[in-house]
Amino acid sequence: MEKYETHTHDVIIIGAGGAGLRAAIESSAKGASTALICKSLLGKAHTVMAEGGVAAALANVDTKDNWETHFKDTMKGGKMLNNWQMALYHAQEAPERVRELEYWGALFDRTKEGGINQRAFGGHTWKRLAHVGDRTGLEMIRTLQEKGIHSGIDVYMECTITHLVKDGDRVVGAFGYWRESGKFVLFRANAIVLATGGVGKAYKYTSNSWEYTGDGHAMAYEAGAELIDMEFIQFHPTGMVWPPSVRGILVTEAVRGEGGILTNSEGERFMERYDPERMELSTRDVVARSIYTEVEQGRGSPHGGAFLDVSHRGADYVKRKLPSMYHQFMEFADIDITKGPMEVFPTTHYVMGGVKVEGDTCSSTVPGLFAAGEVAGGMHGANRLGGNSLSDLLVFGKRAGEGAAAYASGKSHASVSAELIEGYANELREPFNNTQGENPYTIHQDLQDVMQLYIGVFRTEENIQTGIDKIEALKERARTLKIEGSVMFNPGWHLCRDLKSMLIVSEALARCALARKESRGAHSRVDFPESDDGTWGKLNFIVASKDGVMDLETRPIVEMPDELSKLFTEDK
Amino acid sequence: MSVAKLRVFRGDAQGGEEKEYEVPVDEGMVVLDALFYIQANYDGDLAIRWNCKAAKCGSCSTEINGKPKLACKTRMDSFAEGETITVYPIKAFPVIKDLVTDVSWNYEVSKKIPPFTPAEDTEWIMYQEDVERGQEFRKCIECFMCQNVCHILRDHNRKDAFAGPRFMIKIAEREMHPLDVLDRREFAREEAGVGFCNITKCCTEVCPEDIHITDNGIIPLKERVVDKYYDPLSWLLRKIKGK
Ligand SMILES: Cc1cc2nc3c(=O)[nH]c(=O)nc-3n(C[C@H](O)[C@H](O)[C@H](O)COP(=O)(O)OP(=O)(O)OC[C@H]3O[C@@H](n4cnc5c(N)ncnc54)[C@H](O)[C@@H]3O)c2cc1C
Ligand code: SF4
Ligand code: SF4
Ligand code: FES
Repeated sequence: MEKYETHTHDVIIIGAGGAGLRAAIESSAKGASTALICKSLLGKAHTVMAEGGVAAALANVDTKDNWETHFKDTMKGGKMLNNWQMALYHAQEAPERVRELEYWGALFDRTKEGGINQRAFGGHTWKRLAHVGDRTGLEMIRTLQEKGIHSGIDVYMECTITHLVKDGDRVVGAFGYWRESGKFVLFRANAIVLATGGVGKAYKYTSNSWEYTGDGHAMAYEAGAELIDMEFIQFHPTGMVWPPSVRGILVTEAVRGEGGILTNSEGERFMERYDPERMELSTRDVVARSIYTEVEQGRGSPHGGAFLDVSHRGADYVKRKLPSMYHQFMEFADIDITKGPMEVFPTTHYVMGGVKVEGDTCSSTVPGLFAAGEVAGGMHGANRLGGNSLSDLLVFGKRAGEGAAAYASGKSHASVSAELIEGYANELREPFNNTQGENPYTIHQDLQDVMQLYIGVFRTEENIQTGIDKIEALKERARTLKIEGSVMFNPGWHLCRDLKSMLIVSEALARCALARKESRGAHSRVDFPESDDGTWGKLNFIVASKDGVMDLETRPIVEMPDELSKLFTEDK
Repeated sequence: MSVAKLRVFRGDAQGGEEKEYEVPVDEGMVVLDALFYIQANYDGDLAIRWNCKAAKCGSCSTEINGKPKLACKTRMDSFAEGETITVYPIKAFPVIKDLVTDVSWNYEVSKKIPPFTPAEDTEWIMYQEDVERGQEFRKCIECFMCQNVCHILRDHNRKDAFAGPRFMIKIAEREMHPLDVLDRREFAREEAGVGFCNITKCCTEVCPEDIHITDNGIIPLKERVVDKYYDPLSWLLRKIKGK
């Protein structure tokens, strides 16, 4: 076969967003030779786009806040389906992880007393989100990137990993290609951390970038790892609606956190009917359904959304607290949000489901394979609270880095089967050799339409089944793809493998959605509108590959110890 | 729906040529949408970098009708009806393929800048007014368009001697961080070549984040460097005041 490079490290981390960077920093600090690999340039990962803030019970603004409340808010937001162990670590460790960013040079917005300022967000009892205007993710990724490049990590940019390489049970390497040259590359390692983010590009309207094709989910699945709770995908209530070219781009929840009000075409503040207590700051699943219902029932804005207005806070305040929203609407939609409302509608945003991991070290069910960040599942249960992702990245990035370094320590590198590698290489090159075949772009668009239409905010058995049939048909069509041009930086070729990942993830999503016969968090079944705490509320769904076929299994949730469950009964 | 004509550079390090495409224009469409249309319908291998499509990541810098622009922020309706739109890679960096250039030099430079260094016994208290200057510089999305237009890099290719405006503000940000204790003036002068800048302000004009690169970053940095050699006391005062 054609020649390829080989690099050898103790630990490799696939993905350089918040989770991957934090994992790399920790792994390297523990003395492991660490590689950090990413599809884009360093600093461009999805984390850079995060806007509203990072949740941590620092109690700088609302002094009554503490980890217990954050833990409870997170579990309740997730409809008690969360991995409680993860939610616990998360609530307890987030404050220190956020302060650490400050020690590494981050400049958060300040309180009058000179501490880190915090803002309100949906589902959080207290003002809890540390932030920098509405560009918190940029601050976070730059800080971690800075720390990272001075930590002796080897960074491999614009390199796409396509296969995890196994020796017996355990993963021993990762194979892929350089986007620039199209040449192949093999990384040998004793431990691998997946930090590849989400799957939103399977949908037509999404806040996610081209990178969100579910590569990590798919590669873990193909390597035999279990995925958990894949039916839960978050539709963020407020995506842009108009003009068509920007449909789906995120309107940060910080708009509501700063007092933004939602109304329908009749001028009614409709959240009063859906959640009179929390109103606009209800959890995302509720707000998304409410907007969707208003539009369905004919009370939508001119372009089929709801109105979101923050102009009553005054132009100066809006420009200071929400500068990038101000520019986003001014430049893309010719709308001045300091003067009038925006139009918003739910957009595919975040996947709660993911690789099943242990909270302690983020180890998956495959030896040597770890996962952290959005690609990992369990932490957020059926619905994620805003701000809890950025904190998740920090808390579990660190834990995964530590876990992987410890696992790798003292192990020698296994041999990698040349035959296996040749097989992967041939599979990847196939679309160049096919004389006939489908255009990957066309299949991608078709998949996006299917997911948007059939596995959306509201679901029915009939819809989901249609969706599954259509995904099956697309899988068939995607077997023979054909592309043009050379192997050098060829997006059409890149899409061929990405498409395969999206098809796996979409199938998992649809199959779990069909099986969960209740409504819970982000999963809303019109045919089963109620939550069934006694039965479904006690079950997680596990997806794994059995002899090449997708297998679905229910598994009882792990119950939390009494001292924690007491926290919830005390409330009542 | 109208149709726009785009002439897009297709080629690699060895050279290339413009190729013309016709793209239907929808309301609110940006140049990046037009490039996506070309990928999906004409040339699947057209190379372009992008991520956020919302002017937040700085990946999609190109030269549109000769001007450095973010392709995701440049609206198709900003051109006159029937106007041909040319799209080229940014010029100051070597072409890899089509609209993608080799910007790795920037990452090398970035690595050399001494990191944020607090005192051992730092008390972590900072006030909003003290962090605002640094926050302005930290808005940088690393689109490298300022690097692209700076004549020292673009016309004279002095990448060996001058770090460029992007990294001048990075040095300035460290220097003005209220809790930083390191002195980077020697670095700014000797390694980063702050003296090369003759304040033409071309960098500031193209910055999509409206960072006042020259007025707030480079000029104060130059003053500090001068202080180091002629007036150490006022350097100390500036450092303490974060100005
Ligand atoms: C617009 C927007 C705003 C948001 N705002 C907030 C917020 O305010 N608060 C909050 O808590 N959360 C927010 N989120 C969610 C949060 O930003 C993401 O969930 C989080 O950043 C994901 O981080 P990550 O480290 O898991 O992955 P990412 O940051 O997405 O990084 C993934 C990395 O994996 C790499 N990768 C993927 N596949 C491969 C492959 N095959 N080979 C090699 N590398 C690969 C990518 O190149 C990238 O480096 C927001 C999300 C969006 C889209
Ligand atoms: S002001 Fe200085 S750094 Fe900016 S473009 Fe001019 S010479 Fe270059
Ligand atoms: S300073 Fe402005 S122009 Fe320069 S890289 Fe940063 S965002 Fe781009
Ligand atoms: S795609 Fe992110 S800035 Fe254009």
